[in-house]
Amino acid sequence: MRQIWNTPGGVHPPDNKEQSLTKNIGHLPLPEKLILPLTQHAGTAAKTCVVVGEKVLKGQKLASASAGISAAVHAPSSGWITAIEERSVAHPSGMSAACIEITCDGEDRWIERVSYPNYQQASAMQLRDLIADAGIAGLGGAGFPSAIKLDSGTKKPIDTLIINATECEPYITADDILICERADQIIQGIDIVSHLLGKPKTILIGIENNKPEAIAALNQHCQGTGIEVVYFPTKYPSGGEKQLIYILTGKEVPSGQLPADLGMVCLNSGTAFAIKRAVIDGEPLISRITTLAGEACGVNRNYEILIGTPVSHLLQHNNFDQALCSRLIMGGPMMGFSLASSEVPLIKTSTCILAPSHTEIPDDEPPQPCIRCGLCSEACPASLLPQQLYWYSRAKDHERLQSHNLFDCIECGACSYVCPSNIPLVQYYRSSKGDITNALATKATAAISRERFEFRQVRLEKADIARESKREARRLNTEQAKKMSPSTTQSTGSSAADIIKAAQLRGITKQASPEQQKAKLQRTLLAAQMRLEEAQQRLVQVTNKGSAHQQAQQLASVEAARRKVEQTTQRLTEVSH
Amino acid sequence: MVFKQVSSPHGHARQKTGEIMQLVVLATLPGFLVLTYQFGWGLLINLLIATLSAISAEALVLKLRNRPIDFYLRDYSAVVTAVLLALALPPLAPWWLVVVATVFSIVIAKQLYGGLGSNPFNPAMVGYVVALISFPIEMTTWVTPISLLAADISHPGLLESLAIVFTDNSPVDGVTGATPLDLFKHNDGLLVEQIYQNNTLFSRASFAGVGWEWANVAFLIGGLALLKARVFTWHGPMAMLGTLALMSMLFWDGGSSNSPGSPIMHLFSGASMLGAFFIVTDPVSSTVSNRGRLIYGALIGLLVYVIRAWGSYPDAVAFAVLLGNFAAPFIDNYTVPRTYGHDKSRRATAKEKSE
Repeated sequence: MRQIWNTPGGVHPPDNKEQSLTKNIGHLPLPEKLILPLTQHAGTAAKTCVVVGEKVLKGQKLASASAGISAAVHAPSSGWITAIEERSVAHPSGMSAACIEITCDGEDRWIERVSYPNYQQASAMQLRDLIADAGIAGLGGAGFPSAIKLDSGTKKPIDTLIINATECEPYITADDILICERADQIIQGIDIVSHLLGKPKTILIGIENNKPEAIAALNQHCQGTGIEVVYFPTKYPSGGEKQLIYILTGKEVPSGQLPADLGMVCLNSGTAFAIKRAVIDGEPLISRITTLAGEACGVNRNYEILIGTPVSHLLQHNNFDQALCSRLIMGGPMMGFSLASSEVPLIKTSTCILAPSHTEIPDDEPPQPCIRCGLCSEACPASLLPQQLYWYSRAKDHERLQSHNLFDCIECGACSYVCPSNIPLVQYYRSSKGDITNALATKATAAISRERFEFRQVRLEKADIARESKREARRLNTEQAKKMSPSTTQSTGSSAADIIKAAQLRGITKQASPEQQKAKLQRTLLAAQMRLEEAQQRLVQVTNKGSAHQQAQQLASVEAARRKVEQTTQRLTEVSH
Repeated sequence: MVFKQVSSPHGHARQKTGEIMQLVVLATLPGFLVLTYQFGWGLLINLLIATLSAISAEALVLKLRNRPIDFYLRDYSAVVTAVLLALALPPLAPWWLVVVATVFSIVIAKQLYGGLGSNPFNPAMVGYVVALISFPIEMTTWVTPISLLAADISHPGLLESLAIVFTDNSPVDGVTGATPLDLFKHNDGLLVEQIYQNNTLFSRASFAGVGWEWANVAFLIGGLALLKARVFTWHGPMAMLGTLALMSMLFWDGGSSNSPGSPIMHLFSGASMLGAFFIVTDPVSSTVSNRGRLIYGALIGLLVYVIRAWGSYPDAVAFAVLLGNFAAPFIDNYTVPRTYGHDKSRRATAKEKSE
C-alpha cells in the first residue's frame, strides 16, 4: 500500500452517512418547471442562446460558455422556454441571478446525441472541447469548469491525476453511492481524462476508509488498469483539494498556486462520471446525484436529479415536514449554506440537501468570549491561528490578518466546529476577506488616478514652458522689427493688423488636424499597450512566486491597463471616422 | 417555503467554555483534598470566601458594565480564579486577605481589561502577588502539615478555624512553621544532607518534603487528567517542568551548602505542579501556538528556579508567570506556525510585500 501523509488538524464530526445509504439511487417524477441559473459554476455567467417561447429538446444547449472561466448550460428535459429573468438562486446571500425557465412538455425527448465511444482516437483538443461543450463543472461543490482545469495539461506536463472520492462532509453519500453502483463508468471517465492528459504516470483515487463498499467496488474495477485506490482514515476536511494532495503525495500546493503547478490535476469522482457520460454517451451535464438527508424528511436517499429541479419538488416527494426542520442546507453541515427559500433550483454543484430536525442541528447558542483555548488552531488543517485571526478580524487589522495568512484559510469550518465559545469564526474570516479585497481594489483605482494626475501635471508644465519660450521668441522678433522700422506710427497700425493675423493663424494651427489627433492617439495607444504588456508580464511573475495578495494587486493593474487600451482604441476609431 | 438563514458550519462539537472551566475546577479536587488533609479546615474556608467574593465582584462589575450577569457567570471563569487563589493562599489566612486578593483579581486584573479573554495577566496570580507584596507576614505564615504536628497538638477544628480567620487571631504556635523551600532559602552553611537529616519536613518525607510532596503529586494527577481530556496541550507544562528540572540539576552542586535543592525537591515543592498544570496552561494570558508555549513554559520554569535559588522569595511561580505573561505577545510574534503552502513561518508583524 502507498504511503499516506497525515494532515495537521482536522475534526471528527458524526458521520451520519448510513441514513441515506439504505436505498439505491432513486429518480423523481419530472417537475413541471426547471429553472437553470446561468452561473452554476465558478466564473462568469454563460451567454443565453435561446429565446423565450422557443421549443427545446433534452440536451439542447441553452447558454454557451462566455470568454474566460465559464461553462455551458443545457436543457435537462424537453419543453418550452417560458422565461429568461432574475430568479432567486442557491447562494449564501439569497441573491437573485439570471435564470432560464423551462416548462417541461413531459415527453423528455432527446436532441440528437454526438458520442465518441472510440475516444482513444480523438485528440486531446477534441476531447477538451467536448467536455467544455457538455458544460461540465466540478461536481464536488466548488464547480470549477473542468475543461479549463484539464487545459493546464497543455502548459505543464501532468504526471499525477488524482480522483477525489473522499467525500469527507457528514451526511453526503452522493459520491459513495455513485461509486457503489457505477464504478465501471467512473473508471471509464478516468481513462478518458488520462488519455486527454497524455497518460499521467500516477493515477490515484483518494477515498476515506468509512466507505468499504465503494473501496471494494473501485478495487474490483481498477484491477489491471494501473489506477491505484488509496484509502485513508476518516477525518474532516481530508476531501479539500489541498488536503487530499498532501495526504496522497506529501506535497503542498504553494500558496497562490494551483495543483497544475505541481504537475497534478485533481477531479471529483462525480466529475469523472459526467465526463464519461459526455464523451461516450454524448450526454451533456444535465443531471447529478444529490443526497437528501435529515430527520425533517421522511425518506433519506440519493437521487439522480435533473439540474434545475426546484428543491421544493425534491422535498415534496419525500414527506418533508417544515415544522420539524431547523434550517434547510444546500451542501453538507460543515461547508454548506442555508437556503432562505425552497423554491431555488438544484444546480451542478448541489451535492446534498440537508433538512435537519431541531434536535439534529439545534439553533446556535449566543457566542461567549474567546479564551484563546487553542482548540481551533489544533483543528485547523492549514496550520493557521484562528484565534488570532478572530481578534484581528474584529479589530479590522488588515495588515495582521494578512501576515497571519488569512487568504490561506479554506473556510472548512473546523475551527468554528470545535469552538467552545460558539464563535462563528468562519463568518468573521469571510467578511474580512471581502473587506481586504475591496480595500485592495480601491487602492488600485486610486493608484491609477494618481498616475493620471501626475502625468497631467507634467504635461501642463511642459506646455507652460513651451508657451513661455514662444512668447520670448515673439518678443525678440517684435523688438527686432521695431529697430528695423523707421516710422513708429506706421508700424503701430501695421503691427496691430499683423497681430490679428498672427492670432488667427495660431488659432488655426492650435486646432490640431485630424491627422495630428490621430497620430497622438496612436502614440497613446502604443504606450498603453506597452504598459498592458508589462503588467501582464509582472502578473505572470507574481502568479509563479508572489502571494495571493500580490496577485490580486497585479490583476487590478492589468485590468486598469486593459481598460486604457480599450478606451484609446475606441477614441481612435471615432477620430478615424 | 421560507427558512432561517444561518452561516456554516451547522452544528458544533459538544464541549462548551463553561464546561471546560468546570473540568478545570474538578481537576483541582485531588490537590484540594490532599491539602485539606495536610493543612486542615483553612483551605475550605479560603475556598468559600474566595468563591463568594469572586462571584459577587464579577456580578457587580458586570452590572456596572451593563452586561447580562447570568450569561457571563455561567462561563465559570470567576470560580476558576477563586479556586486557584484559595489553593495558593495560606490556610487560616485572615478573611480580608482572601477578599482583597480575590476582588483585586476579578475587578482589576480581569474585568477592567474587558473581562474574560481580554486580560493580559493571569488574574489569580495578579491577586496573589498583590497580597504577597502588601501583606508579606500574613502571606508567609503557613500551617504545619498534620503529620509533623506534635502528638498533643492538632489543627484547629472547623469552628476554631472560622474564629481564627474572622477575628484575625493568629493561629496558635506550634501549628505554623517553615516550608521546604523556606529551609533552603534560609540555609546557613548546612549541606543538603544535613538539612534532610535535621528537619522533620524532610526526614519524615517520602521523597521531597512532608505535605507538599503529595499535594504536588495530586495536582500532577489532576493536570494529567486535563491533558487527557485535551483541555490543553503538553507543551506549556512539560517545558516549564523540564526547565525547572534541568536548572536544578545543573545547579545541584553535589548537595553542598550552596545547593538550592534537588530536582525532585523543586518539582514537588511549593506551587510547581499547580503552576505547571493550572496556571501556565491558562490560555488567555499565555502564548497561542504550540511552539510559543514551549518557549513560554521554559521561560517560566527558568524564572521560577532563578527566583527560588537567587531571589528573595522562597517560591516564585506567581512572579514567573506574570513575567511570562509580559513576554507572551513578544514570543507570539516569532512563533506563528508555518501555514500550508508556505516555505517558512512568518512573523506576526510581517508586512505584505507589495510592488
